Amino acid sequence: MSSNHPKEKTFDRKLLARAGWESLKKLSPRSQLKNPVMLVVFLGAIYATISSIAVHSGYQAQVAGWLWFTVIFANFAEALAEGRGKAQADFLRSMRRTGKARLIKDGKEESVTPADLRAGDTVVCEAGDIIPADGEVIEGIASVDESAITGESAPVIRESGGDRSAVTGGTRVLSDRVLVRVVSEPGRSFIDKMITLVEGSNRRQTPNEQALNALIIGLTILFILVVSTIPSTLGYAASEGGRPAGFCLDLTTLIALLVCLIPTTIGGLLSAIGISGMDRLVRKNVLATSGRAVEAAGDINVLLLDKTGTITFGNRMATDFIPARGVTANDLASAAQLASLADETPEGRSIVVLAKERYNLRERNLSGPHARYAPFTAKTRMSGIDLTEEGTIRSIRKGAADAILEMIRSQGGSFPEEVTKTVEMISRQGGTPLVVADNRRVLGVIQLRDVVKGGIRERFAQMRRMGIKTVMITGDNPLTAAAIAAEAGVDDFMANATPEDKLKRIRQEQAQGRLVAMTGDGTNDAPALAQADVGVAMNSGTQAAREAGNMVDLDSNPTKLIEIVETGKQLLMTRGALTTFSIANDVSKYFAIIPAIFGGLYAVSGRPGPLSVLNIMRLHSPQSSVLSAVIFNALIIIMLIPLALRGVTYRPLGAAAVLRRNLLIFGLGGLITPFIGIKIIDLLINWLRII
Amino acid sequence: MKTNDWVYFITYGATLTLLAPVLGYWMAKVLNGQPGFLGRILSPLEKSIYRLTGIQPDKEMHWRTYLLSLLAFNGLGFLFVFLLQITQRHLPLNPQHLPNVPGWLAFNTAVSFTTNTNWQAYSGETTLSYLVQMAGLEVQNFLSAATGIAVMLALARSLIRHSSEVIGNFWADVTRTTLYVLLPMSLLLSLVLVQQGAVQSFRPNAVARTIDGSEQVIPLGPVASQVAIKQLGTNGGGYFGTNSAHPFENPTPLTNFLEMLAIMLLPAALIFTFGKMIGNKKHAWMIYGVMMLMLLAGITAAYWADWRMEMQLPGIAMEGREYRFDRASSVLWSVLTTAVSNGSVNAMHGSMAPVTGLVQLFNMMIGEVIFGGVGCGMYGMMLYILLTVFIAGLMVGRTPEYLGKRIDRYTIVWASIGLLLPSAVILEGTALSCLSPAALASHLNHGPRGFSEILYAWTSSSANNGSAMAGINAATNFYAIGLGMAMLLGRFGVIVPVLAIAGHLAQGKSIPPSAGTLPTDSLTFSLVLTAVIMIVGGLTFFPALSLGPLIEHLLLATGRLF
Repeated sequence: MSSNHPKEKTFDRKLLARAGWESLKKLSPRSQLKNPVMLVVFLGAIYATISSIAVHSGYQAQVAGWLWFTVIFANFAEALAEGRGKAQADFLRSMRRTGKARLIKDGKEESVTPADLRAGDTVVCEAGDIIPADGEVIEGIASVDESAITGESAPVIRESGGDRSAVTGGTRVLSDRVLVRVVSEPGRSFIDKMITLVEGSNRRQTPNEQALNALIIGLTILFILVVSTIPSTLGYAASEGGRPAGFCLDLTTLIALLVCLIPTTIGGLLSAIGISGMDRLVRKNVLATSGRAVEAAGDINVLLLDKTGTITFGNRMATDFIPARGVTANDLASAAQLASLADETPEGRSIVVLAKERYNLRERNLSGPHARYAPFTAKTRMSGIDLTEEGTIRSIRKGAADAILEMIRSQGGSFPEEVTKTVEMISRQGGTPLVVADNRRVLGVIQLRDVVKGGIRERFAQMRRMGIKTVMITGDNPLTAAAIAAEAGVDDFMANATPEDKLKRIRQEQAQGRLVAMTGDGTNDAPALAQADVGVAMNSGTQAAREAGNMVDLDSNPTKLIEIVETGKQLLMTRGALTTFSIANDVSKYFAIIPAIFGGLYAVSGRPGPLSVLNIMRLHSPQSSVLSAVIFNALIIIMLIPLALRGVTYRPLGAAAVLRRNLLIFGLGGLITPFIGIKIIDLLINWLRII
Repeated sequence: MKTNDWVYFITYGATLTLLAPVLGYWMAKVLNGQPGFLGRILSPLEKSIYRLTGIQPDKEMHWRTYLLSLLAFNGLGFLFVFLLQITQRHLPLNPQHLPNVPGWLAFNTAVSFTTNTNWQAYSGETTLSYLVQMAGLEVQNFLSAATGIAVMLALARSLIRHSSEVIGNFWADVTRTTLYVLLPMSLLLSLVLVQQGAVQSFRPNAVARTIDGSEQVIPLGPVASQVAIKQLGTNGGGYFGTNSAHPFENPTPLTNFLEMLAIMLLPAALIFTFGKMIGNKKHAWMIYGVMMLMLLAGITAAYWADWRMEMQLPGIAMEGREYRFDRASSVLWSVLTTAVSNGSVNAMHGSMAPVTGLVQLFNMMIGEVIFGGVGCGMYGMMLYILLTVFIAGLMVGRTPEYLGKRIDRYTIVWASIGLLLPSAVILEGTALSCLSPAALASHLNHGPRGFSEILYAWTSSSANNGSAMAGINAATNFYAIGLGMAMLLGRFGVIVPVLAIAGHLAQGKSIPPSAGTLPTDSLTFSLVLTAVIMIVGGLTFFPALSLGPLIEHLLLATGRLF
């Protein structure tokens, strides 16, 4: 599927080198201003650097160094995500690379660059031409190679009218000639929008990101308040309670405490998470118009799925022969096979195959004057064969029950009651009954069924656990629809559905506050795609459908929607998990730094002060405690980059179970990990005698 | 630790848990305009109030109108109490001929009572006339309580509405709360108190001649009626300086138990009122459970510390205690009164163990959300719930939603402001008091105890609690004005965000829950909520608490006292 995408590897050496360079370039105040949390670290690092030079303090210089690393690591995460996005963007751009466009103006053809094309222009494309822009075929039919986008090498047919009229810029016409009306302004096509999203440079924050950012800024302000009050309160305590001589709290240590407390982990990784979410989507061959749509995908409550192609393979197949009384199954199968020999439809083929597999009836070659095929016509609504055997004509027909009934009645025959019952039963179970008759004698019924795709039932069960209701849309009658719905395990179905019904259903669900996702490809799907909160258009569909939806699936695979939902959920989960982790981390940092700065208070005769009992990690010295906390705080950003880029593993469980799992990993883990990490760093620092 | 004490705690908790839901569900009906049996008596009064004032109780308000009405109402209340105090010498019902109250103290007191804080920088019996106590303070005791409940009602309504611009009528909410809930309950409680021996009199102070022939002045006044609402409305401002340690305010063990019940009853019941209004009683039980869990943890820690101090320093810990009440009920009262934004005391908080003080401080620092003030406790808790739902909601992979309402940037911004502002006031106020010479001059104690007292004063004001650890002369310009501002910010710095959020939630659509929705009534959620409150509170105040009660506790073990 994504064979033509850039490599999946998180840490490509070239990518790393470029990200390293970018992360230094991002040290400019202008890019730092974009992220308030990291701005605090940035300013702190500047102060600590100046201060360490002024007072010639090795300890302060080291703190300053690690503060710079903190900023650079956060930059690196962003640069890496952008780098990976850029690789995708370059790939997307390569799709756009086209030759000259052949614009038709006032009946004359002129050669222009694709960038000069405006919506509404008409261009002509012939075999060998690259289609210059997204558009719609208004005249002609052509086979088109879309492998540049989909990776699928088989050419597809694009023709005017109907549901196969949309063409994508960058694809190549293989045969024939078409007139294409351009539908997008230059730079505004689907691919252009997606390039902006994956590159991340002009990415707008999604609503959830904005809310989370507000929370992060709130926490930052809170900790600035907390830390800013320490000098005066500590000063009071020190003047009241015997401060050991020479004890002086320097501003650098306070800055170190502040940086450890503010949510640098999530603050530094937030944009990387967003960019890489888009990146993951592109890797799945899905293009989205906005990050908002991807997030909305995670919130979906209702999924409208077309039966055909999504839930079932789309063609009915023979699954059983049910003979009438007095007829053997073998006879029925034999007659059915004979009646289907010339039937090239999938149904007809499946009858022949079933008869062969089950009753070992070989395909007979009955060409000759004694055999005459009766093809299916809308008038007779049956097909079959007339065999001339010893002067009598044996006329074998298969068809819908009412058609056969009519024929038999007109010939004065009778239609057995048990056959009527069988027909009803098959219909009730969602199958399609075909009655087989030999002249006026009814032989029995062939059961045709729409075969549900393997594994789809499990998928829907997953969706249910995720809290998503699946609704199957089908043009079938209610009986058939109900049976297939039951077999596929969808929660609800809409039978005899018209495009208007779909639209109505979406509006209904939305009025009740639900978010609806659907897939579609036809022009008549366009209103529903536009109305749905997440509308995924198939790339093979019409331009109208692609314009109406907010995502396009290049593989034209309707089940892709499930993966899109998962990507959206993963995006939010990663943010939530890292926020929790970030906040939980703070507890340990207090236990490292508070005893370091308050430990000497009220100390008696050289023994450590009472608050040194808070040094539960038994860190070596005040200075090594502060430094260890700062180092841990910087390193954890680097360690979490892979998680930010890949996303938290999503499992289709209920909300309660997902919450428990993530709380255990990121909440409890976030509480405990830094205690261990800081202790190890402290041991290393003292072993290496850095301080 | 005595078994009897535990029996006392459990009896208390069980009584509360039994009464709160019953009262709460009843209030949900009454406060939404179905007064039931009380309506037969009081409905004509309610209607005539509306007629007289031209209020249309069914005409609901946009949140901004609701807020402006509230601010105007409280502003006028403030002005009235302020003017009464600075002119009391010329007004009736002043049998002791007390002089006018100085402006800065009148400001502090007026703010204190309109914000439901009832911090008292004065001693009631020697400063305020009967008129000020009754028409000024006691009226505000009712109205400030009603204001808090009104905000909670508006918030509850906003959660069940969708695409609505209005969140209720402030005037109707205040009127109904006062008329159907606060007045009848206060009347009932004051009658019991009077029966038990609390004072209720307009006579001037009684003068008694003691056995040794000297003269003793015994202050009297309309005490019982004020005590009833002070407890029920989480006000806490005593008629007398020694508050409920005074035998005229709290005469018997029975009144002691009943007053403690009254402290907690309405805040606890309002959780269920909220639950019923939003149509989710299970959620109310979850909130009640979280609050009860934190309350029990506080009681256990406070009681353990107090008992331990008695072991280490026998006798000394009884200084500042009322001998009529035993250790258990004094410690219990102190935890309750700080958990709930009440602030009345039956023993001096300054006399308790450092860790007991730490519990009291922490109860208030987290914003009075362990039941909290009437209405305020619930809406304050809501800010934490929104925060928890946001973080936990992201973790389940959906746009966080609370009771079907999406939590967006607007909500998070206002919730952050509502949580941040009171904390900022405590931290910055304390820092300022450690620096300002004007403040340092009014500190009577030193060392960590002195620091705790400063921290306590700012915390109590900002949380609108009103209790004090003493040790500070708060009747100075610096503290009277500074703490007055703290009370205002602590009160309206939360009300404004809550109403803004309510307005926003009411406008939003309501999303029906599914298996993918974060359940907000599960055990997991209640644990996360508890953790968020403890961690956010802890991270904010850990440095300050470690410089005060924590150091003192550690030094106490080595025998050093402050």
